[in-house]
Amino acid sequence: MTAVRAGWILTQRNLAHWARQPWTPIFGLMFSIMLLLVFGFLFGGAITVPGGGDYITFLLPGMLALSMMFGVEATATAMANDARKGITDRFRSLPIGSASVALGRVGADLANSAVELLVLIAGGLLIGWRITSDPASAALAVLLLLLFRFSMLWIGIFVGLAFRGEGATMAVQVLVWPIGFLSTAIVSAETMPAWLGAIAAWNPLSATATAARGLFGNPTGITEGPLADSAVWLAVGWPLLLTAVFLPLSARAYRRLRSG
Amino acid sequence: MNLEAEGLRKRYGDVRALDGFDLAVPPGVIHGLLGPNGAGKTTAVKALATLIDVDGGTARVAGFDVRNQAAQVRRRIGLIGQNAAVDEILGGRQNLVMFGRLYGLSKVDARAKADRLLDMFGLTEAAERAVSTYSGGMRRRLDIAAGFILTPAVLFLDEPTTGLDPRARNEVWAAVREVAEAGTTVLLTTQYLDEADQLAARISVMNHGRIVADDTPAALKRQIGGDRVTVTVAADAPLESVAAQLTTAVGIPAVPDAESHSLTFEVGAGVVALAGIVRALDDLSLVPEDLVLRRPTLDEVFLTLTAAPQEAAR
Repeated sequence: MTAVRAGWILTQRNLAHWARQPWTPIFGLMFSIMLLLVFGFLFGGAITVPGGGDYITFLLPGMLALSMMFGVEATATAMANDARKGITDRFRSLPIGSASVALGRVGADLANSAVELLVLIAGGLLIGWRITSDPASAALAVLLLLLFRFSMLWIGIFVGLAFRGEGATMAVQVLVWPIGFLSTAIVSAETMPAWLGAIAAWNPLSATATAARGLFGNPTGITEGPLADSAVWLAVGWPLLLTAVFLPLSARAYRRLRSG
Repeated sequence: MNLEAEGLRKRYGDVRALDGFDLAVPPGVIHGLLGPNGAGKTTAVKALATLIDVDGGTARVAGFDVRNQAAQVRRRIGLIGQNAAVDEILGGRQNLVMFGRLYGLSKVDARAKADRLLDMFGLTEAAERAVSTYSGGMRRRLDIAAGFILTPAVLFLDEPTTGLDPRARNEVWAAVREVAEAGTTVLLTTQYLDEADQLAARISVMNHGRIVADDTPAALKRQIGGDRVTVTVAADAPLESVAAQLTTAVGIPAVPDAESHSLTFEVGAGVVALAGIVRALDDLSLVPEDLVLRRPTLDEVFLTLTAAPQEAAR
């Protein structure tokens, strides 16, 4: 059977999980909404956006990008669980293409993230966030966010396959916080000490957050540097680069199951 | 032969998990692969099921080479690993439909097959429930059903009853017999000797990555000697002289054991010898306290074989 068809069947399997256990994706969503509210209202009053603009309007695209990044946890955990429980071995003993298992993960996680984006966008509109650009730009922003999620997927698949122990997924869960915060997702890099701001500006998450802000017609909080000039290109380039690194690594980790 | 391996080798660092592993199993039988922990049973199964690459040797499953024709092999095998590898979140029926579709069945066919398998393995009532609510035995049966979707030529069962209670074990045994009756070759690994004894037509005993004995359970038991008849006499009886008298009367040496006040005859066919022993006891007017006919168990075979692997392999 082709990997695409098997991948679709496995996508349905992963989606059926959420139908059986809806609380898992719902808690994920509630978590994103909670973060949005905490930063938007609890901390938001104390944060000013360089270059001017409303903080909620600045924050929302950043939260969208951040939630795409946090998806790496779910991907890594699901892959590691399947590998640990012997389900992956079962799939590997079937006459299906070797890309099927990964494709099933990609399909289901992208679907989940698309729903998450829609819910967060609707939530944002409820608390005063506005899209002030045209529909085409807004759609491109959503596509860039999903492209970023796509690159996070391959990191998650690699980590889940290569380090099957529970420690690895815990490490991912801990690491996403500093990496997520050391970006322009929540605050502008220009409010940070110069060296820290430079690191934050080079975070792939910042490229996607800034590009989404620009495309939605929201304040970007960036007035100079490569992020101000070519955020969209960076938001295309970073995910492609990450995918180019982690997709082959994932394929190798999957093949390596054969030597173990 | 439905399953053939010649000289399979696989190393993990310094450990030779497979060290010249040979196997030949004809179609439609249950073959037991018996060995202590770490003997290499799981590695052998994984190699035959195309899950791992071996370092050397050849293996053919259902007529196809596991290395060069892995796809053909996979279409003809079912693999049931040590953990029940079914999806716990999905229902039993959902699992079987999913695996059926992954084996290339259409949605309609997969559903029909799932219903038949649920019925065959006694899971129809629990079909819609999440597998996480299943008992260990039910989970295993679902696992076996999932491996049986295409009525595979070869079904690999890696320690299918480890951790199950006796009732669940019986359920799984019934399922395995059902599979073999349908014509599938079953390779069953186990550490439980009674399991191999109950199910397998032939047993390969494995130790240190290779086969140290391969025969029917009965022949394996014969290999370590015949039956034993043990006569326990009263504590005040003169054991040595009774032994001498019985040896003369029966024509087989009676070996006395002072501690248990018993005499043991090593005999060829227990039942035949038993009659002679009883007659001799009668003639000597000896009333035994106990009289036991004991056949060697597979446990003894197993311990003998795996205790001295080099000698047995020769």
